[in-house]
Amino acid sequence: MHKGKGMKFVGDSRISAERKPNVPKDYSEYPGRTEAFWPNFLLKEWLVGAVFLAGFLTLTLAHPSPLEGVADPTNAAYIPLPDWYFLFLYELLKYEFASGDWTILGILVLPGIAFGGLLLAPFLDNGPGRRPHQRPIAVGMMILGLASVMWLTYESAAHVDWESRAEANKPIPASDVEIDTEDPGYAIYENSCLQCHGDDLQGGGAAPALIGTEHSAEEIATIAVEGIGSMPPEQFQGSDEELQQLVDFIVSVNEQAE
Amino acid sequence: MLQKIYDWIDDRIDITPIWRDIADHEVPEHVNPAHHFSAFVYCFGGLTFFVVVIQILSGMFLTMYYVPDIENAWKSVYYLQTEVAHGQIVRGMHHWGASVVIVMLLLHTLRVFFQGAYKKPRELNWIVGVLIFFIMLGLGFTGYLLPWDNKAFFATQVGLEIAEQVPFIGTQLKTLLSGDPSIVGAQTLTRFFAIHVFFLPAALFGLMAAHFILIRRQGISGPL
Repeated sequence: MHKGKGMKFVGDSRISAERKPNVPKDYSEYPGRTEAFWPNFLLKEWLVGAVFLAGFLTLTLAHPSPLEGVADPTNAAYIPLPDWYFLFLYELLKYEFASGDWTILGILVLPGIAFGGLLLAPFLDNGPGRRPHQRPIAVGMMILGLASVMWLTYESAAHVDWESRAEANKPIPASDVEIDTEDPGYAIYENSCLQCHGDDLQGGGAAPALIGTEHSAEEIATIAVEGIGSMPPEQFQGSDEELQQLVDFIVSVNEQAE
Repeated sequence: MLQKIYDWIDDRIDITPIWRDIADHEVPEHVNPAHHFSAFVYCFGGLTFFVVVIQILSGMFLTMYYVPDIENAWKSVYYLQTEVAHGQIVRGMHHWGASVVIVMLLLHTLRVFFQGAYKKPRELNWIVGVLIFFIMLGLGFTGYLLPWDNKAFFATQVGLEIAEQVPFIGTQLKTLLSGDPSIVGAQTLTRFFAIHVFFLPAALFGLMAAHFILIRRQGISGPL
């Protein structure tokens, strides 16, 4: 670096008029098989990135991102669940020692200790040794914390029937479907189905929407009588003629919706 | 031609030292999977950054269609999902990226932890990294509400109730996040949108810059 008198600048700027050659450092004398980042290693990194991106896009294409029905604050039957990486905190609050009078323990003290410990790990584990067996306490705490987070997440997620959850909360676009309340089928629908499936066939907390159903007319008739999944049998009790009217009504609404 | 453009710029702003600072550093043998396959564990940090870039880009495209208001938020996401060309893919990338970035962050954190790479002189960079982890969780929490579907609404309600139970400042904390002591509604959505799109990314960029500058300063930790 040039110092002292005789320095030359570009115009009135502080940029030195002396040019530095753009030459990479020489790594040949570095220990081991050291490689230059640019461009040698970056090229390999690029390849790993491309493979990763292909896998990621495959995931995206194979599993479209979910969207449930529009938020309905009056839906009392909805069981809330956070995203998977918050499940362990959510599950922790269900334990007796972390809820009720002990809520503070569950929402502040325990997570505070865990995350505070993580944040301050270099100061808590300040010995010189880097190998795991040289710092058994730190490594033990981490494994314990990791195991409890995994256990809590498992406990929280294992009992959830994700498929029926997704099925029951399918998004229904604000449809322009006019429900014909004069239809003889609607009266039957009102008696037998409306309580769970809603007055616009939009579904509810315990029952899926009937608009956009994948079932055929015969299947709808069978389900109305015999039930399906969590739907109990004999929801519909009436004559075959009424059943036919009910099915025609549901099918006609679906045809209108398409 | 390119060389001439480079020289022209270099004449004026002396770019060569900056360029060498960014590009010219060595990759030691022990972190190079080409020499030791087990060194793939060193990829997780870079992959985290890669997914963050995916999140930024897909998020930028999502805001072209998303409307942060309770009447239209869900409709705009539904429209994006069903009508917009490739909208489902872009939203899918953002949705899955949010999970993948947490996984990668976790793996990166575990790699650093079990190798004891946070020990002197790298304590500060560990703290910056853990703060990045917290910011990411905050981004996940605020982003969850934005589609304004049932899942979003009720999970956020639960989250805000938990915030409310914090002693002394609980109600204020909840009001700060949701815009009202009791309602989860229009104000909540706009606040979460602002936090998700402006406040937390700004903090994230600052912390990431600090993280990378510190890595360049200190170099990668040596082999065990």
